[in-house]
Amino acid sequence: MITYLLKRLLEMIPTLFGITIISFFIIQLAPGKPTDVLADLNPKMTPEARERLTKYYNLDKPIHVQYLMWLKRVAKLDFGDSFSTDRRPVWTKIKERLSITILINSLALVLIFAIAIPIGVSSAVHQYSLYDKITTMLVFIGFAIPTFWLALLLMILFGVNLHWLPVSGLKSLGYENLSIMGKIWDSVSHLILPVTLEAFGGLAGISRYMRSNMLEVIRQDYITTARAKGLSERKVIYKHALRNALLPVITLLGLSIPGLIGGSVIFENIFGIPGMGQLFYQSVMMRDYPVIMGILTIGAILTLLGNMLADIGYALTDPRIRAR
Amino acid sequence: MTVSSQQSEVRSLKYIFWRRFKKNRLAVFGGVIVFILFTVAILAPFIAPHGPDVIDVKHVLEPPSLQHPFGTDDLGRDILSRVIYGSRISLAVGFVAVGIATIAGIIFGALSGYYGRWTDTVIMRFVDIMLAIPTFFLILAVIAMLEPGIWNIMIVIGLTSWMGVARLVRAEFLSLKEREFVLAARALGASDFRIIFRHILPNAMSPVLVSAVLGIAGAVLVESALSFLGIGVQPPTASWGNILTIGKDNIEIAWWISVFPGIAIFITVLAYNLLGEGIRDSIDPRLKI
Repeated sequence: MITYLLKRLLEMIPTLFGITIISFFIIQLAPGKPTDVLADLNPKMTPEARERLTKYYNLDKPIHVQYLMWLKRVAKLDFGDSFSTDRRPVWTKIKERLSITILINSLALVLIFAIAIPIGVSSAVHQYSLYDKITTMLVFIGFAIPTFWLALLLMILFGVNLHWLPVSGLKSLGYENLSIMGKIWDSVSHLILPVTLEAFGGLAGISRYMRSNMLEVIRQDYITTARAKGLSERKVIYKHALRNALLPVITLLGLSIPGLIGGSVIFENIFGIPGMGQLFYQSVMMRDYPVIMGILTIGAILTLLGNMLADIGYALTDPRIRAR
Repeated sequence: MTVSSQQSEVRSLKYIFWRRFKKNRLAVFGGVIVFILFTVAILAPFIAPHGPDVIDVKHVLEPPSLQHPFGTDDLGRDILSRVIYGSRISLAVGFVAVGIATIAGIIFGALSGYYGRWTDTVIMRFVDIMLAIPTFFLILAVIAMLEPGIWNIMIVIGLTSWMGVARLVRAEFLSLKEREFVLAARALGASDFRIIFRHILPNAMSPVLVSAVLGIAGAVLVESALSFLGIGVQPPTASWGNILTIGKDNIEIAWWISVFPGIAIFITVLAYNLLGEGIRDSIDPRLKI
C-alpha cells in the first residue's frame, strides 16, 4: 500500500510541472500586459515609468527565464507579490479566500453524493418504473439548466419575492449584534443558495452514472447467486450489489473537483462571496500574473490531490488495483 | 454483383439506424427542436418583431405585453427580438467550437492510438495535464487576456474541450488497428496517412459523432456563462448570456429579463442532449460516452 501511495505521489510531479509550464506560457503569450492596465488606471504614467515597472516585474526577460525565476520562488513556497495596488504576497491573498471556497465545495460534494447515490440506486432497482422514468427525465432537465440561470431564478424567488434568504455576501449588515444562534443562522442562510447550486451542477451526472453502474452490477452472476441462495432482496441490493456499484463512483469524486472549482468563479461572482473564484476573476481582469499563476497552481494541486484520494479510496476497497 | 450486394448492406445499416431513431420519441423531439432553432437563427430578421438593438427610452423595463411578449430591458430593447438574434450566436459558437475540438481530438487521438509507444505516452500525458487544470479557469484566463469576442470564444472553448474526443478516438484506434482490414491495407502498401484517415477513422466515427452533438450542448452552456460574466460576446450584440447579465442587474424590478433567455438556453441544451443520446442509442446502445 505504501509503495502504491509513493508511486502515485511521484506520478503527480511531472503532471504538476506540465500544468505550471502550460499555464505560464499561455498567460504570458497572450497580448495585453499588466503594465497596460496599470497605465489605464493612472493616465499620468509616463513611458519611462512604464519601462521601470516592466523591469521591476522582470517582464522584459525572455519567457523561459521568467518561468525559471517563478519556479525557483515557488519551490520556496513563495508565489511572489501581487501586481495590484496593494502589492501583498500572493499566498496571503489566496490563503484568506481559500477556506470559504473549499468549505462551499466540500459541502456541495457531500450534498451531491448524499442525494445522487440513493436516486441512482433506487431508479436502477426499479428500472422502467414510473419513478425511474421521472428521475431520468429530471436528470435530462438537470443537465440542461444553466446553473447560473437557476441561481438568478432562486434569487428572485427566495430573495426578492419571499425574503427568506439573503442573496449576497456571507454576513448580514447587523451581524455583530446578533445572538450566537442568530449568528449561526445568519451564516447558514447565506450559504444555502450557493451550496445548493454548486451541488445542482454535479447531481444529474453522478446519479445517472450511479444508475448505469448499478444496472450493470445487478445483471452479474454473483447477484443471481446471492438471490438463489435465498438472501432477502434488501441484502442482495444493499450488501452485494451496492458495494460493487459504488467503486467506480469513487473515481468520479476526484474527477468532479476541477468542475466544482471552475464553477466557483460563477457562483462567487453572482452571490458576492469573497472566495478564490472571485479573486481569480478580479486578477484576470487586472492581468495580475502572479495571482493568476498562484491560483491555477493551487487549483491544479487540489485537483491532483482529489484524484489521488480517489485512487487511494479505490485501492483500499478493491485489492485488485493495489496488485497492479 | 458484389457491388450491388454491398450497397444494399450499407443501405440496411442506415435503415436500421433510422428505424431505431424514429422509435425514440425523445430523440425525434430533440431533432425537431434543433431544426426549429436553425430556422429561427437563419430567419431571425424576418421573425423578430423589432430590431434587436433598437433603443426605446419611452418603454424602458416594461413587463411582457402584446407589443413586447418578453418585455423590454433597461434601454427599452425588445427582449424577444434579442433572444431570437441570440440564437445565432449560440448556434455559431456551438458548431465552430465543437468543430475545432473534434478535429484536434481526432488528430491527437489517432496519432496516439495508431503509433502507440512514446507518441502515445506524450499525448496522453498532455491530455492528463489539460484535464487537471480547471477548464473554466483556463478559459477565463485566456479569454480575458485576448480581446473578448465571438471568434476568440469559439477558439478557446474548442481548444480546451478536445481531450474527451482524443481519448475516445484513441480507444477506437487501439482496437481497430489490430483488425485484418488494416493488415490488408498495410500489405497492399498503403501509407500510414491513408490507413489512419481512409481505413480506420471512418470506422471510429460513430462515438465521435455522438460526443460532438453532446459537445455542442456543453459549448452553448460555456458561452452563455462567459457572456454572463461579461467576458464573452460583448454588448450591444445580443447573446443569451449577456441578456442575463442585464437581468441580474435589474433582478429586483424586472424578472422577465432573467427568465426568458434562460429558457432559450435550457431548451437548446436539452434538445442537443436528447438528439445526441438518441443517435448513440440508435447506433449502438452499448456505447459508453
